[in-house]
Amino acid sequence: MNNFQYSRATDVADAIRLLNSDPDAKLIAGGTNLIDLMKENVERPSRLIDISRLPLGKIEETAQGGLRIGALVPNSDLAYHPQVEQRYPLLASAILAGASAQLRNMASVAGNLMQRTRCAYFYDTATPCNKRSPGSGCSAVGGHNRNHAILGASPSCIATYPSDMCVALAALGALVHIAGPTGERRIALEDFHRLPGDTPHIDTNLGASEMIIAIELPPGGFSRNYSYLKVRDRLSYAFALISVAAALNLEGNAISEARLALGGVAHKPWRSLEAEQSLRGRAATADHFAHAADLLLQGASAASHNRFKIELARRAIVRTMMQAASAAPQSQAHKKIA
Amino acid sequence: MNAYVGTPTSRVDGRAKVTGSAKYAGEFTAAGLLQGFVVEATIPRGRIARLDTGEALKVKGVIDVFTHANRPQLADRDEAWKDEVAPEGSPFRPLYDETIKFNGQPIALVVAQDWETAKFAATLVRVDYEQQPFVTDLEAELGSAAELDKPHEPRGDAASALAKAAVRHEADYVIPTEHHNPMELYATTAVWEGDGRLTVYDKTQGVQNVHKFLCGVFDKNPDDIRVVSPYVGGAFGSGLRPQYQVVLATLAALALKRSVRVVLTRQQMYGLGYRPMTIEHVALGAAADGALDAVSHEAIAVSSRYEDFARNDAGWAEQLYRSSNSRSSHKLVHLDVSTPCDMRAPGAASGVCALECAMDELAVALKLDPVELRLKCYSDRDQSEDLPYSSKQLRECYARGADAFGWSKRNPEPRSMRDGKELVGWGMATGVWEALQMPVAARIVLTSNGHAEVSCAASDIGTGTYTIVAQVAADALGLPIENISVRLADSTLPQAPVEGGSWMAASSAHAVLAAAEDIRRELAALAKSMPGSPLGGVDATDVTLVDGTIAHNGEHSHSVSIADAMRHGGLERIEKEKLNRFDEDKSHARNTHSAVFAEVKVDEELGVVRVTRVVSAVAAGRILNTKTGRSQIMGSVVWGIGMALHEETVMDHRFGRIMNANIAEYHIPVNADVYDIDVIFVDERDDLINRLGVKGIGEIGIVGVPAAIANAVYHATGKRIRRFPITLDKLLD
Ligand SMILES: Cc1cc2nc3c(=O)[nH]c(=O)nc-3n(C[C@H](O)[C@H](O)[C@H](O)COP(=O)(O)OP(=O)(O)OC[C@H]3O[C@@H](n4cnc5c(N)ncnc54)[C@H](O)[C@@H]3O)c2cc1C
Ligand code: SF4
Repeated sequence: MNNFQYSRATDVADAIRLLNSDPDAKLIAGGTNLIDLMKENVERPSRLIDISRLPLGKIEETAQGGLRIGALVPNSDLAYHPQVEQRYPLLASAILAGASAQLRNMASVAGNLMQRTRCAYFYDTATPCNKRSPGSGCSAVGGHNRNHAILGASPSCIATYPSDMCVALAALGALVHIAGPTGERRIALEDFHRLPGDTPHIDTNLGASEMIIAIELPPGGFSRNYSYLKVRDRLSYAFALISVAAALNLEGNAISEARLALGGVAHKPWRSLEAEQSLRGRAATADHFAHAADLLLQGASAASHNRFKIELARRAIVRTMMQAASAAPQSQAHKKIA
Repeated sequence: MNAYVGTPTSRVDGRAKVTGSAKYAGEFTAAGLLQGFVVEATIPRGRIARLDTGEALKVKGVIDVFTHANRPQLADRDEAWKDEVAPEGSPFRPLYDETIKFNGQPIALVVAQDWETAKFAATLVRVDYEQQPFVTDLEAELGSAAELDKPHEPRGDAASALAKAAVRHEADYVIPTEHHNPMELYATTAVWEGDGRLTVYDKTQGVQNVHKFLCGVFDKNPDDIRVVSPYVGGAFGSGLRPQYQVVLATLAALALKRSVRVVLTRQQMYGLGYRPMTIEHVALGAAADGALDAVSHEAIAVSSRYEDFARNDAGWAEQLYRSSNSRSSHKLVHLDVSTPCDMRAPGAASGVCALECAMDELAVALKLDPVELRLKCYSDRDQSEDLPYSSKQLRECYARGADAFGWSKRNPEPRSMRDGKELVGWGMATGVWEALQMPVAARIVLTSNGHAEVSCAASDIGTGTYTIVAQVAADALGLPIENISVRLADSTLPQAPVEGGSWMAASSAHAVLAAAEDIRRELAALAKSMPGSPLGGVDATDVTLVDGTIAHNGEHSHSVSIADAMRHGGLERIEKEKLNRFDEDKSHARNTHSAVFAEVKVDEELGVVRVTRVVSAVAAGRILNTKTGRSQIMGSVVWGIGMALHEETVMDHRFGRIMNANIAEYHIPVNADVYDIDVIFVDERDDLINRLGVKGIGEIGIVGVPAAIANAVYHATGKRIRRFPITLDKLLD
């Protein structure tokens, strides 16, 4: 860990001013990701700007009937908030599928959005990694890549983005509220994270002096027909090999709207309009879901150790969609997969 | 009298542990304590060309940086570096010279006023290496595998018996490298006592082993160093040998004449020992009725280039199952890695896993029930040595385990049982381990108020040594357990070896019995000599200690209180120390056994495995404490689940670096992975092994568990996974 300055931001404007004045400064919220990375010398901020006491911890209804979630709401508070449990159970479920109770208590919503990949080479400063050290090469391509990307990867980087919460947020069509030196802006969660391309060191479209202040959920919460399924190497407390957020609006057995997002497969939560639209007006059957899965997985390609993820994703999609259609969502407490 | 032995007595140190008053090595402190942080090599093989500590030394608060270039004198003979359980070879010497032998090797110790400063300064130490070619991949180097000593004497001619066998099974099973990951980090606090003397609080399974080692390495008199380790937060074998942090803390404390603490990080602990990766080749041949005729087991394991670490992986089949022909061998491949070390049931956990999977495959080929096959080859004699067992209730383990599990309802056909979307599989395996015992001494100080202090240098690595020592002493002295205090794990206490090999329960218990016997004798003499003593005419051998009295055959009507007898003798305290040695009786084989039954449910489409039930029936002589004993077996079963499904140290052989050196990515079972575990202790009376009939259960509980689970996975899915761990990708089509 390097030596760093520490400042406690007095308000959002102060935090942005501090960010603007020091390009190597970093915001710290729950610290559950940043401090780990600092201990490994992967992140070496010159200054930590502590935003944890800023008043960004509220969950409020929006004029449009959605929810606005402050950037500092702890993951567990969000998962157990009555409005979220009732209206956006997909989001609650995805959060509870992630990390451990202790971590969820500490982790903030914005920190979760900004968490970095778990690629082992990214964490090990003794190995080349384009994301950590641009231009040094990607060790994962010819190395251990069992849990790396099958979609949207580039020769420079095949890492995945590990968040569970954001898979649900992507499916729900959430917006990210951002504050910066020139004011506030909003960006769709789907456009928030970037594909690696030639610049894998840049994870998101957040500007250097910008910060997340809130997440906004649109009114439609798919509270009847939804499911979040996370397939992993042990039954809890492990990152996803594949995760699926599925949400449906049904009229009888016919699908009027479908949402489908994948986690653990790419540098960002993975959605495809084509796949979702293919389901519109169709019956909620395994065949139709399998077709949608094929559309979503179009262009999937494997690295040396992760070919299984393509077929696993296909099966997991169908399964999760069936859970959603039958209003029998995956329980995060009982690990048997329904 | 057995008021405590054999009962579910709660841990006597339980309260201290849950309230935090139990102190661990890294929690001891001293005035002016300094903190050390280790800098590690990031290449597996080569030389340090340049090591620049200038920037680190400039950091405010840094006291010194120790490297091979400026280190104080260290012993230059291998003998000094060989601890009591060192394998053949030339042990690793931290900061000794510029040679790099493995990735993660300590190359500098930064000592500072506080830990954060030391850790920061450690990032400023600059190293240039002269790299040398290296190999860390066992499977790429199988050609260089070589047998250690002369091969084990074969029985008959396994090769030709195999060729002739009616039914054969032959396969390789691959057990990956695994790390212990005890909860407590490796830590040493070396407290400077002045005049070149140190008290060293160390996380270790053997304080006297560390004591002797430090005296040798630093050329110290035994009185100059005292090693203490009252509590150990798990070790599982990783603390049998002195680890490098104890050398570094001692070195710095002696050089600086100050107290120094060195705590390793979780990541750094992956540079210590591990269960070596092995490739286990098992070949079995049987007659059509299932009678085994040939057994061959050949293990190939990793060791370092500087030591030959080898354990008994391959010899279990030869001993366990009746077969006229058998052979076994253990070969090593020397790689550019650190030396492996013992990890719970070393050898057996891996070797018996392979053997018992192979037995299952043979049962399938023979169309025999797996239990029936084992009964067909059951042997009442140790097949390797042709000796009877001191006791062996394995048959009963199969029966009781099968009954509790409901094995008779098993449909042998793979994929024949299901529960909704999950395939259900039932599998079983045998477990076997040794019942070893070692010389241990104990001291008892009995005071006239009816309290006794029992002390011994043995460690309690979390297994319950404090408790069983207190139980045995309470029974032998006829005192309530509350009146017994136990001191352990201080090198100045009576002799004990490292706590390992499952030998400490039996060994320490009998040391306590021996010392208590001397106390009894002295009390009996005192009581008899009292005027008008009710014990006057009684034979001293008929006198026992019960309920705070000295009694004739345990009868209160003929008794004298301990307090009265001691007052009569003018004694405030009676102190006895005794070294117990067991008979060197080679006429019987001594083993513990188990039968493990496991149920798995496997999601048919997604390959997710849940181990929903495990029944472990254990025959291990008399169980001293059925509560801590049950916990031992449960913990072992959980670890067995990890071996079957989760644990694997992943190395990138291009860098020779471990890529999952942390417990987020190195998976062990979490609560969600553990369902019902039923532990059955089968009655096993053993009058031959020792007075109490005790065998020790620290290791038997893990043996067989991974195989039972793998066999259940086969039964559920029809897929035979021979490369562990069984992750879901291996089960997808
Ligand atoms: C062992 C372990 C297991 C885990 N398992 C899972 C899992 O299964 N699923 C899962 O989804 N997650 C998992 N996590 C990750 C966890 O969800 C994240 O660590 C957490 O959400 C980060 O939130 P934080 O508030 O602690 O972020 P911090 O560590 O404080 O910050 C993380 C990053 O976000 C930036 N940041 C913080 N706030 C803002 C803001 N307002 N605007 C802009 N940038 C900001 C920081 O500068 C930093 O770069 C796991 C973590 C650990 C350690
Ligand atoms: S996949 Fe990305 S993060 Fe991993 S080594 Fe390659 S560049 Fe680095």
